[in-house]
Amino acid sequence: MTTNVRTRDGGPAESRFASRRSHGEGPFRITSTGAGVLLLAIMAAIAVFLISEALPALQANKGNFFTDLIWEPNSSGVFGIGALAFGTVFSSALALVIATPIAVGVALFISHYAPRRLAAPLGYLIDLLAAVPSVVYGLWGVTFLVPLIRTPSQWVNENFGWFPLFAGEGVIGGKTMLAGAIVLAIMILPIIAAISREVFLQAPKMNEEAALALGATRWEMIRMAVLPFGRPGVISAAMLGLGRAMGETIAVALIFPATFDISIEILTPHANSIAANIANGFGEATEMGRGALIASGLVLFIITLLVNMAARMVINRRKEFARAGA
Amino acid sequence: MKYAGRLAAVAVVGALSLAACGTDNNAGSGTTSSASSSAPAAGNDNAVSGMINAAGSSAQANAITEWTKNFTATNPGVTLNYQPSGSGAGVQAFIQGTVSFAGSDSALKEDEPAQADARCKTGKAINIPMVTGPVAVVYNLPGTEGLQLSPKTLAGIFNSKITKWDDAAIKADNPSATLPSTPIVAVHRSDESGTSDNFTKFLKATAEADWPYEPAKAWPAEAKGQGAKGSDQIAASVKDSEGAISYVELSYAENSALQKAKVSNGAGEFVELTPESAAKTVETAEVKGTGNDLALSIDYATKTPGAYPIVLVTYEITCEKGLPAEESKVVKSFLTYTASDEGQAALKELGYAPLSGELLTKVRTAVEAIS
Repeated sequence: MTTNVRTRDGGPAESRFASRRSHGEGPFRITSTGAGVLLLAIMAAIAVFLISEALPALQANKGNFFTDLIWEPNSSGVFGIGALAFGTVFSSALALVIATPIAVGVALFISHYAPRRLAAPLGYLIDLLAAVPSVVYGLWGVTFLVPLIRTPSQWVNENFGWFPLFAGEGVIGGKTMLAGAIVLAIMILPIIAAISREVFLQAPKMNEEAALALGATRWEMIRMAVLPFGRPGVISAAMLGLGRAMGETIAVALIFPATFDISIEILTPHANSIAANIANGFGEATEMGRGALIASGLVLFIITLLVNMAARMVINRRKEFARAGA
Repeated sequence: MKYAGRLAAVAVVGALSLAACGTDNNAGSGTTSSASSSAPAAGNDNAVSGMINAAGSSAQANAITEWTKNFTATNPGVTLNYQPSGSGAGVQAFIQGTVSFAGSDSALKEDEPAQADARCKTGKAINIPMVTGPVAVVYNLPGTEGLQLSPKTLAGIFNSKITKWDDAAIKADNPSATLPSTPIVAVHRSDESGTSDNFTKFLKATAEADWPYEPAKAWPAEAKGQGAKGSDQIAASVKDSEGAISYVELSYAENSALQKAKVSNGAGEFVELTPESAAKTVETAEVKGTGNDLALSIDYATKTPGAYPIVLVTYEITCEKGLPAEESKVVKSFLTYTASDEGQAALKELGYAPLSGELLTKVRTAVEAIS
């Protein structure tokens, strides 16, 4: 979960002086420091738990954890994370590619285009999308979306099969990576849209008015004054959405066909993810199986951490530009 | 950005509470099964009372629900909570002592018997077969009723070697049917399940040359095909995609009105799936447990005339001796009911097959020995 955590420049030094002057400052500082430390402690506890539970299974693994495209810890004792990690990252990335442009469009519409009477209800509606339980999205996906996109998938495969993503033979359509990615995209759309909307609303009015005064059309004004200002916010919104997509469990467990291969064909039934695999395997897992699933959870933990760190780097770099523009 | 911060905080809290849930993976609730004895209810001299907790196989969840309903009608003082958390989780909960009996799709194996015996303290843990669930091979091929499939053909289909419905192997099994050239969508359980375990055991036992994988609750990755989560999703997937084939418990096949294939047994006879034809296979199963432990070894290549070969036998795992007295009284009374003619007959409407013959007698003897 990446967000722009901002501390005031030079904040700690100032507050140290402040705490001596006004009372109430001390208890507040202790509370907030405590909350911060508690968060770190909980994260550390999760990491320790994951590692201690995963290690015995990893040591007992008869295959290669990184290269084997198979998951049979309960029977043959061989399991590998490759296909699952790929599926997690690939499906989330696809979802992000689908969701971000739409979400930014929605956010811009609400913040700059829609009449005020329409903007508020529309905003609530978007927020409401985020409140729908993920199992509902999953059930909607398998019962409605999967049959719906079967015929279009076959058409795309026939006409654009030369494009690697749309290639494939045999069974086309149905429970595919595409179906899962679309559902994930809908799930992360409200997060990205809501945050982007807030960011766009905060774009400096002066800049916007200046752009309009110079004769810019509304789109030009948005391009010059709003988007550059909002870019770091949109990126962190997208990263928050990405984290949600990667951790999504039950919706993709329902939709993905749970295969164990690495394929970029999004129209054939090849898809799986770490979280979906945990949901599928936990109920019947033996001790070794549970350890293996927890090991996969550890990998998800690490992937999320890496993605967030990368996102933070991007945001920090962008922020310089945004400030310069503003 | 304040909004983002708040959302992130919510997300972190959510993640933490989820993780917290993950830590206690012993399906049963923290409360150990406590039984309180009170005066027997009026009107039924043998009525027992008390509360017991049980957990395990979701394949027998419907049966237990029905039985609980009937049993508590005559024993109003009894509360029975069955949590269908999965066989593995049920056995874990039994070993940890949080439930009085576990429902499981497979008998205790490897180091489980020793752990379970330790839980029973003075006695030993026994597997009692109680619910038989026939596994139907279901397909979606409009206009082609009563498809016949041999184990060898089934293995080829589910191993993704036979990919079209007009394949020569399927034609050979169905000389008189007209088959379309639709691609076959072989659907399997994406979650781990006793149904997959039994189905793959059947394929391994009857068509080893075409099914080189070890039987397991998880579908072998090399066999490919499409996964669907849970029996309900299996039924839904088959229902809404033409050319699909899968395996599912009989009750789901009937509820969704799916086409069921006739499967050939060891004698080469194509048999339609009915509770009776499935019961014939269970009747011939060999008991491999000792004493009152009735772990079964099913002969998937049975030559009994009219026997349908793919069946799933689920067990109740409990202590022969060693449960607290109040608990064992309720467990014994409940299992006595489930093994009775009345209890077994109640299963048929739910899509299970009743136990019969010599095996049923053994089951009753085993239940009688619980104390």
